[in-house]
Amino acid sequence: MKNWFHQAWRPALVMFVILVGWEFACRMFQVPSWLLPTPTEIGVEIVQGWRDYHHHVLSTVHLTLVGFVIGVSVGIMVAVMLHLLPKVHQAVYPLMILSQNIPIIVLAPLLVTWFGFDDLPKLIIITLVCFFPIAVNMIDGLKRTDQDLIHYMKMAGAQKRQIFTKLEFPYSLPSMFSGLKISATYSVMGAVISEWLGGNRGIGVYMTLASSSFRTDRVFVAIFIIMVLCMVFFGLILLAEKLLIRSQSSGKEDQS
Amino acid sequence: MSVLDIQSLTKDFGPQTVLQGLNLHVAEGEFVSLLGPSGSGKSTVFHLIGGLLQPNHGTIYLDGENINGQTGSISYMPQSPSLFPWRTIIENVILGAELFGKPDKEKAKQMLQRAGLGDYIDAYPAELSGGMRQRAAFVRSLLSPQSFICLDEPFSALDEFTRVDMQKWLLSIWEEERPSVLFVTHNIEEAIFLSDRILVLSEKPANVMEEINVTFDRPRSEDVMLTNDFIAMKKQIYQTLRGE
Ligand SMILES: Nc1ncnc2c1ncn2[C@@H]1O[C@H](COP(=O)(O)OP(=O)(O)OP(=O)(O)O)[C@@H](O)[C@H]1O
Ligand SMILES: [Mg+2]
Repeated sequence: MKNWFHQAWRPALVMFVILVGWEFACRMFQVPSWLLPTPTEIGVEIVQGWRDYHHHVLSTVHLTLVGFVIGVSVGIMVAVMLHLLPKVHQAVYPLMILSQNIPIIVLAPLLVTWFGFDDLPKLIIITLVCFFPIAVNMIDGLKRTDQDLIHYMKMAGAQKRQIFTKLEFPYSLPSMFSGLKISATYSVMGAVISEWLGGNRGIGVYMTLASSSFRTDRVFVAIFIIMVLCMVFFGLILLAEKLLIRSQSSGKEDQS
Repeated sequence: MSVLDIQSLTKDFGPQTVLQGLNLHVAEGEFVSLLGPSGSGKSTVFHLIGGLLQPNHGTIYLDGENINGQTGSISYMPQSPSLFPWRTIIENVILGAELFGKPDKEKAKQMLQRAGLGDYIDAYPAELSGGMRQRAAFVRSLLSPQSFICLDEPFSALDEFTRVDMQKWLLSIWEEERPSVLFVTHNIEEAIFLSDRILVLSEKPANVMEEINVTFDRPRSEDVMLTNDFIAMKKQIYQTLRGE
């Protein structure tokens, strides 16, 4: 706990100074609240508006989780497949990178045209932004598996399947978690962006409504919620990593 | 039973010939050392026996069966300990057995006790010293189902004191079970102290320059290292390696 405080007080202080400066500047120059609300106004709206917006939050959390799970599964499957089938890797890897160059803003309306206003186009968008960091990191991790350990496994008579399950897959877990951390934050952003497409629920919707009615304080509430969601999500991944990855020195054992 | 017989083994890596017509025989229960300078192709011999590489010429027989390019026929302890960092010591030492069926955890625990690793059964490799890791890797090769054991410079990364301790420990274990062992080293004393027979390898392309029978009584104690016979043998091997 003490240790945690030790690490947290510096960024907390910076944050506090920024907020205080913001508050003073707004009051001093009498900035109208539709242009830039003060932190206190935003704080009040966060508390008072909870009953109006909490169903949006729940809806976004739900969408994010479902999208994240699908995206992660696709990412892991792609990584494993490309690793086990080098020919497919050659053929597909460039396409995978290209898939990340499609601007979501352009793709989103197209997806709606094709799949309607259901959850499907939203989930496709989240999956698209989520699977990539996991796939790329995990493929790297699988490829970097210690050659000495692979040699040992082969000499010991391990089959290809055993080498994969007992060595390569566990070896790639730390890399997979690097990908998961990025995907976790991407998935929240992906969910919010996909909610702009339409529908009547979600932080994205709440945000669009707020900005079109000049409720700038609510826009900031939305930003605040997105940030909190990202952080909570990121924290959960860190926790899972701690629980799952054993041994202090994950990765290569140091030379004796 | 486990008898290894290698006949006129040749291995090229591209243009360079690393092994040239190597002949080698390890009888049942015999401890044979391959002694040669660094880079002479000692590990390559093991990679060939272990089936990682295919020889260009020659045949490797284990108990009369041709095992060219066939993995899983020998128990192997690599030059680096090659323990899995996410497995505890007990999980590491049963790995070789685990590949072929259900490993015997009780036996593994006993072996670890005897190797002086009783307090580290559930520790991770990163928590062990270099010598302890080598011991764990050796226990793993003993617990593997294959009975012929290949040890690749297991003690070369250790300091002098630890190395002598480890050699004594290895001998004590070996004398109880008497497996057939092919041992690779570039340390002359180590080879004499441990082996029944020493094969001295030449520089590239490697071949057996000299074969020496070591006849000191077993069980051996480290006092043997100070006898005149021992020192004379060391000198003889040294001169062979120097090409005199
Ligand atoms: N896979 C490979 N491809 C090409 N050359 C190789 C390969 N493996 C080994 N060599 C070469 O074969 C020679 C012998 O290597 P090897 O590892 O067998 O030596 P060593 O006797 O075990 O040396 P050390 O005592 O340093 O471990 C070296 O010159 C090395 O460059
Ligand atoms: Mg070597």
